[in-house]
Amino acid sequence: MRSARPWLAPLLSALFLALLVGVWYLATYQPAAEATVDSEYAALVGQAASTGAKSAMPTPGEVGAKLWEHLSDPFYDRGTNDKGIGIQLLYSIGRVLLGFGLAALVAIPLGFVIGMSPLIYKALDPFIQVLKPVSPLAWMPLALYTIKDSGISAIFVIFICSLWPMLVNTAFGVAGVRRDWLNVARTLEVSRLRTAFQVILPAAAPTIMTGMRISIGIAWLVIVAAEMLVGGTGIGYFVWNEWNNLSIANIISAILFIGLIGMALDTLLARLARAVTYRE
Amino acid sequence: MTQPFLKVEALAKRYPGPAGKPANTVFENIHFGIAKGEFACIVGHSGCGKTTILNVLAGLDEASEGVVIMDGREVRGPSLDRGVVFQGHALLPWLSTLKNVEFGVRSRWPQWTPKQIEAHSIRYLEMVGLGHALHKKPAELSGGMKQRVGIARAFAIQPKMLLLDEPFGALDALTRGTIQDELLAIVQATHQTVFMITHDVDEAILLADKVLLMSNGPHARIAEIVDITMPRDRSRATIHHDPQYYRIRNHLVDFLVNRSRDYAAGAPAAAAHDPRNPPLVRPGLEGGAEVLPLPAGAAPAAPQLKPVSSASA
Ligand SMILES: Nc1ncnc2c1ncn2[C@@H]1O[C@H](COP(=O)(O)OP(=O)(O)OP(=O)(O)O)[C@@H](O)[C@H]1O
Ligand SMILES: [Mg+2]
Repeated sequence: MRSARPWLAPLLSALFLALLVGVWYLATYQPAAEATVDSEYAALVGQAASTGAKSAMPTPGEVGAKLWEHLSDPFYDRGTNDKGIGIQLLYSIGRVLLGFGLAALVAIPLGFVIGMSPLIYKALDPFIQVLKPVSPLAWMPLALYTIKDSGISAIFVIFICSLWPMLVNTAFGVAGVRRDWLNVARTLEVSRLRTAFQVILPAAAPTIMTGMRISIGIAWLVIVAAEMLVGGTGIGYFVWNEWNNLSIANIISAILFIGLIGMALDTLLARLARAVTYRE
Repeated sequence: MTQPFLKVEALAKRYPGPAGKPANTVFENIHFGIAKGEFACIVGHSGCGKTTILNVLAGLDEASEGVVIMDGREVRGPSLDRGVVFQGHALLPWLSTLKNVEFGVRSRWPQWTPKQIEAHSIRYLEMVGLGHALHKKPAELSGGMKQRVGIARAFAIQPKMLLLDEPFGALDALTRGTIQDELLAIVQATHQTVFMITHDVDEAILLADKVLLMSNGPHARIAEIVDITMPRDRSRATIHHDPQYYRIRNHLVDFLVNRSRDYAAGAPAAAAHDPRNPPLVRPGLEGGAEVLPLPAGAAPAAPQLKPVSSASA
């Protein structure tokens, strides 16, 4: 690896993107259509696709036009089935942050207790082992039945799926704090509370942050499926709705936005993780 | 004789043996005392239980039998009265040098203002020559600097007693020498009571008032107590000019190389040895290798010392 060319990797990325779009273009190219392709035409076709008049795979131009349309007016609201993609994304982000935040409030203190007490660890381990592999969506009917509110049920599903990685990682990080550091606190007669906050928490913070990063990734994966099920609002519902409209261009746009938001969430958590990482 | 400041009585450590087998005795019948202001080093082969003894003194570990009494009170659990310098320095890596020292100082004097805590901590860091590295993280320090922070942290809480577990074991000879000098100066100025583990015979002679020689485990015991009879104002540069130095050194090395395994159960030296009153020897003095009777009881004969010349070392 030569590090002297920092532009090489981005250049290759751009090349791959061009290749992808090129293949896509060729695959969706229809010689029967007009020979001249200009932006006006692309916009027209895009509109046609969104009304459901055209059901074939869209060309890159059509999707590009669609994207532009979404970006130029992301927050409009014209009733239940016609909201801007920005609004739908905000609904989803809100649910993810709420469910994830609640899960963090439960998982981190509980993980602390589990990590510090081998007895509680042993007592709770069977529950964790059985509940952890359950698909969060399997909770959905139960949530709908008991909570009787689709929005809160979606948040509950996010809560459940974010819980386990944070719980397990916190317990693991807390249990693995170096004996030496705990002994330092003990010989200095540092109170248990101060030890928890000033020794164990910073020592386990990188592991806890890793758990949080995994959790938010899973939460963002699950929210799309959850919203497809509960309907109403959110990017998952948007995708489902556009599938019913047979607007592939909209679906592709949504996929792109979902990916970008997911990346942003992960980058954010990675930043936070870097802030609490220490070198030994 | 008055009660020593620290008194260790009949200390033993046993680990449960494999199913059906008898327990694994690391050491037993450990008796010794340390006077106030005294610097005691303990020397012995790896695995004989030195760290275990130190951890029991610190209150971090529990002995299977026996008691430790410090300043008239039984040691039960760790206390700010006993500062510990850990072998692996054990600095908190996410805190700066200064914050590491402040961490202990705040615990020692909770009523102090942050300004007082900082000033006090800085004073101790300057004492070990780290006034310029207050805001560095441990990862940015060399091994010697880290160990100095550990020493400053232990000294800064002004404990009644300092416990050091091979504090310089991981350092190169040059750095070790410098820090030994610093420790020597600080201890001489503060009259700190110290219990220190070392593998380095020269280090023990330089720093200690007395050296506890531990026989090999299992069933390790204090085989002998060596009085370092050289004047207290020692320095690394001149200590080897003292004729006592080589006599003591040879005695210690001879113990480690030839005699430390003679105390196993059934060995002749063990039969003649009373672990309650290990012989006190003064190899530094001419003819001092023979046993000095201890007030508490008759001590058995110490092994004969071969005459040595300074050239042999
Ligand atoms: N959990 C344990 N179970 C059984 N034996 C143990 C356990 N912990 C320590 N030991 C034994 O106790 C003995 C003393 O250990 P200790 O660490 O005190 O030795 P040491 O004298 O400090 O050695 P070194 O000079 O290498 O540091 C060792 O022989 C070790 O095998
Ligand atoms: Mg040891």
